[in-house]
Amino acid sequence: MAAWELLKDQNFRLDGRKPTELRRIETRLGVFPNADGSAYLEQGNTKVLATVYGPHEVKGGRGRSNPDKAVINCQFSKSAFSSSERKTHMKFGRNSSETNQHLVQALNAAVMSHLYARCQIDVYVEIVQSDGSDFCACLNASTLALIDAGIALKDIVTCCSATIVDEKSVVDVNYVEESSGSAVLIVGLLPKDEQIAYMQMKGRLHADHLEKLLDCAVEGCRNINNILKERIGEHLKTHSSHFTLTRPATPGRAERSRPAIA
Amino acid sequence: MIRSNVFIRKTKRGKILKVVREHYLRDDVYCSFPKCEQCEEEKPIFSSNPSVDSKELVGKYLIIPDSNVVLHQMDILEDSSIRNVIILQTVYGEVLHRSAIAYKKLKDCLSNPEKKFYLFMNEFHRDTFIERDQKESPNDRNDRAIRTAALWYQKHLKPYEVEILLVTNDQSNKNLALESGIKTNTVEKFVKSLKNCDELADKLALTREASSSTGKTAVFEEHLPLSSIQVGLKSGSYIQGTFHASRDNYLEASVDVYEKDGLSILIQGQQHMNRAMQGDTVAIEILPESEWQSSSSLILEDDGEKNDESTISEDKKILQDISNKSEKKPCGKVVGIIKRNWRQFCGMLQKSLIETATRHLVIPADKRIPKIRIETRQADVLDGKRILVVIDSWPRTSRYPLGHFVRNLGAIGDKKTENEVLLIEHDIPHHQFSTAVRACLPSLPWSITEEDLKQRKDLRDLTVVSVDPPGCTDIDDALHCFQLDNGNYEVGVHIADVSHFIKPGTAIDVEAANRANTVYLIDQRIDMVPELLSSNICSLRGGEERFAFSVIWELDENAKVVNVKFTKSIIKSKAALTYAEAQMRIDDSQQTDDVTKSLRLLNKLAKILKQERIKQGSLTLASPEVRFHMDSETHDPIEVQTKQLLETNSMVEEFMLLANIATAKKIYDEFPSCALLRRHPEPPSSNFESLIKSAESKGFTLNVTSGKMLAESLEKSVLESNSYFNTMLRIMATRCMLQALYFCSGVVDQKDFYHYGLAAPIYTHFTSPIRRYSDIIVHRLLAVSIQADAPHPDFLDKKKTQNLCNNLNYRHKMAQYAGRASVGLHTQLFFQNKIVCEDGYILFVRKNAIQILIPKYGLEGTIFLDKSPVKFVYDETSGTQKCGDITFSSFDKVVVQISIDKTHIQHQKLCLKLVSPYIGGFSVSNIEEEPPQKKKRKS
Ligand SMILES: [Zn+2]
Repeated sequence: MAAWELLKDQNFRLDGRKPTELRRIETRLGVFPNADGSAYLEQGNTKVLATVYGPHEVKGGRGRSNPDKAVINCQFSKSAFSSSERKTHMKFGRNSSETNQHLVQALNAAVMSHLYARCQIDVYVEIVQSDGSDFCACLNASTLALIDAGIALKDIVTCCSATIVDEKSVVDVNYVEESSGSAVLIVGLLPKDEQIAYMQMKGRLHADHLEKLLDCAVEGCRNINNILKERIGEHLKTHSSHFTLTRPATPGRAERSRPAIA
Repeated sequence: MIRSNVFIRKTKRGKILKVVREHYLRDDVYCSFPKCEQCEEEKPIFSSNPSVDSKELVGKYLIIPDSNVVLHQMDILEDSSIRNVIILQTVYGEVLHRSAIAYKKLKDCLSNPEKKFYLFMNEFHRDTFIERDQKESPNDRNDRAIRTAALWYQKHLKPYEVEILLVTNDQSNKNLALESGIKTNTVEKFVKSLKNCDELADKLALTREASSSTGKTAVFEEHLPLSSIQVGLKSGSYIQGTFHASRDNYLEASVDVYEKDGLSILIQGQQHMNRAMQGDTVAIEILPESEWQSSSSLILEDDGEKNDESTISEDKKILQDISNKSEKKPCGKVVGIIKRNWRQFCGMLQKSLIETATRHLVIPADKRIPKIRIETRQADVLDGKRILVVIDSWPRTSRYPLGHFVRNLGAIGDKKTENEVLLIEHDIPHHQFSTAVRACLPSLPWSITEEDLKQRKDLRDLTVVSVDPPGCTDIDDALHCFQLDNGNYEVGVHIADVSHFIKPGTAIDVEAANRANTVYLIDQRIDMVPELLSSNICSLRGGEERFAFSVIWELDENAKVVNVKFTKSIIKSKAALTYAEAQMRIDDSQQTDDVTKSLRLLNKLAKILKQERIKQGSLTLASPEVRFHMDSETHDPIEVQTKQLLETNSMVEEFMLLANIATAKKIYDEFPSCALLRRHPEPPSSNFESLIKSAESKGFTLNVTSGKMLAESLEKSVLESNSYFNTMLRIMATRCMLQALYFCSGVVDQKDFYHYGLAAPIYTHFTSPIRRYSDIIVHRLLAVSIQADAPHPDFLDKKKTQNLCNNLNYRHKMAQYAGRASVGLHTQLFFQNKIVCEDGYILFVRKNAIQILIPKYGLEGTIFLDKSPVKFVYDETSGTQKCGDITFSSFDKVVVQISIDKTHIQHQKLCLKLVSPYIGGFSVSNIEEEPPQKKKRKS
């Protein structure tokens, strides 16, 4: 296929990136004053809005509450205009419940949920515009929103995708690359301990490629983590004068202290 | 320098532009000039003192060619004297989209360190990227991008006194460049300023400007620009398709429409063909129904040189005259060319009648290609030689495309030259194997190790035997068979284990994948893998221990499969027989040795298998195949024989089919989305029209609704009076078929896996890995399925497998054509100094000719009727030609005289003349010596 010739010969991707380069990342924290925490994130043209409500009492019967830790509830959606001019590419399957599950799984690994026993944390994520690596953007935005909500985290869980095109692994896959048909690996990482919080593979991949693909995705996560940390720092400097880097705050809606990158 | 740090940190700070997609602009794209201090290029490409060997350009120069220069003047750019060239990404992209050949050559230049070609990524560079203005056409935008980049370079390298020369033939681009202070030149002037311009001048492509001298009237309609074609395609007023010129009639062509399978639009006359050539991707407009015509049954050749203006209207008149009014087909005309299929063409010079002229025509070896006009001063040297030429353009004002000379291949008629032509024309890679490839070969003496014995099943004790055509040295299959205690039979098919020696990704693998198959010419074999493997270590020779991949069945007495096993093995063939030898053993009841006994069992089972297969609807088709007996010293053919088919041929075939089908199922189970399979699509019923008509003329009705029906009705069509009738029907039926294709199972719907000819729901090639690359892939997949080998990453890459299949299909087709052409060449050599009378049968009756098949030589030829002094009357409904009380219709037996027409010494061809039935004034008598052949070839 002609489109990949440049990558093969010149190590350039179609959009001008080198294989290991991420897309431009833009973030804004606290975009919705109504919510307990919110964040808007752009990874290239993939744009995501995440809001967090909680921790609050478990709604809908006590049966669902957990005496030891918080229940995290995720609601994922895709705005109708997110992928208008293209064919609808059902990235997340027909129902988003699977995606919800995946988000919960990844966030559970990051949130210090034992601090919020019998509580519930709601995370709402909406894709405003989709251009590949949608899940990654969702998870990254959710993390930011949780931080904005002041919820204690073990680490900033960051997520990045990678795929192999013509023997070359490329990071932060955009829509065009995603549609090339090769397997896409998505990794959610807790960078401090190099712990993988989430991993998903779409498509079949030969075992020989896995290692280099994984390395590529993990490296991508680290770089995203660096960027996010920087952005959080900037945000806190401008928005909160009473910011202290101490241990996690106690839960409760009334008493919201600023976070905690533990 | 500080800015580039940004990129090392891998964060994005570049300005973002939305050109449909994201487009990142960067500041770490370097100029690649070694002395440059602003850039941090690790390995600069250009020489630090880039000079042009020119009379005019003194000092340091870098050259920037524009897209059209790269597309059309690659022969110049390829020359070793042209170095230090900047290829802009804009140019690179345009070349990539517009010409595969130019692109490949460009890539070769870029990867050759001697040439010092550098690809500058101007579209990703922050200072050289430009956005298209609203009113600007994409072409204008690209021209501006080229100028912007040239200007950037000029400023950037000013401190080092390096100048930039933009080479472009586009006048407006040139003017704009001059305005902004860029040095420019046309290719012609640039070449003429070079010191070695004499060598290069012949290679200079004739461009439109140089050729279309003013005042000439346009012969053809203008081609639409790509932008309006796209609009037209979208709105449905134009259709896109592939252009196929007719071999028989230079005034007729068809266009296969992409979107609708099997739909083909007729194009008649050079006006409507509008300079499209064989294989081009074109846009056509359908003519109103009132102008539709039926395809003509004329055979027309373009002879003589015609001047530009007059001929075309004339051509059209001929065409309208002959076009009969019934059975109209949709007709169209070419409105634009989307992609040219121009390559290098072999041909010979047709010297201009004017003694001192420098413009001559070249007659291409491929009949579907029009004559090409070239300019050369060495016409006398090239006369009588095969030459390689390239087409540069085909302006509206010229009847012929314009090209230039590339290489002299050798004298016409010389067998080596002709073989070379044949290989080039069929795009067959025939260079020697490189050192890298040969380095992959196992060293001799080669022997089996203990380790091998552990990994493989030891079948050396089995009575394995191979049966092949005489003289075969690349034996890739062998068989064994014996009766089991339970009364069933064990049958084994053992295939050379080539994939053991050719590992994925090695140089030898890449080479074999490109070659795709071994090509058999009459006196030459172009191997897919080096001879050491093909004829020795892999070849299952008699009495030698060899690695094999074995399929072993248990069959009951009705040849039903009880079970099947696959295993890697070691075998020792007990005998390597020819078909005839094996047949003799089977027939000779005196022989009772093990080899003969197993052959008899195999033969018995094969007959049952064949019956079963035919019951399923498998087709038995025919094509006349011949063998040449060669003189051992001169290597000229001395005798021709048709290949005989023995029972043993079909015995081997049956078991190969069985093995292929079993393998196909197995690998498809294991690799549902990336197995390499082979399918044979059912031909559209329109393909059968002429066959049905021919059969009807003899009172037979053919049912073509399914393969099974066709097979049955072919079986029933037997004519007592004409024993060859049935064979001819089958020969005709073969020509109705579509090509069988390799494909990757993940890209084709499962219902389309069907193999029509074999009536098999799934099929692949497993049994000839020495001479087919497809089989090597299948071996690898099968080895993984039985855990005999570890999988390779490429196995799971659908896209790669399909790309590979496309190459295999292309090469397979070309190898077939080359084989046929080789037979043709040898037939001509055979008849060189002979005049022979032989029985023949009429294959088709055309409006101005009859086509005759001569079974003895497997030869087909045409007798033209329209130029005879005797009048023939063509009856279209019955498809007959009448002269007096003699009627010619399909399948009639005739006697013809075969000779070589030498009127054009350069262009000899086989010539047929009618002997019987005798028609006064037309037929020649049997004994009569050859009269001078001017009757027929008078134009
Ligand atoms: Zn520089």
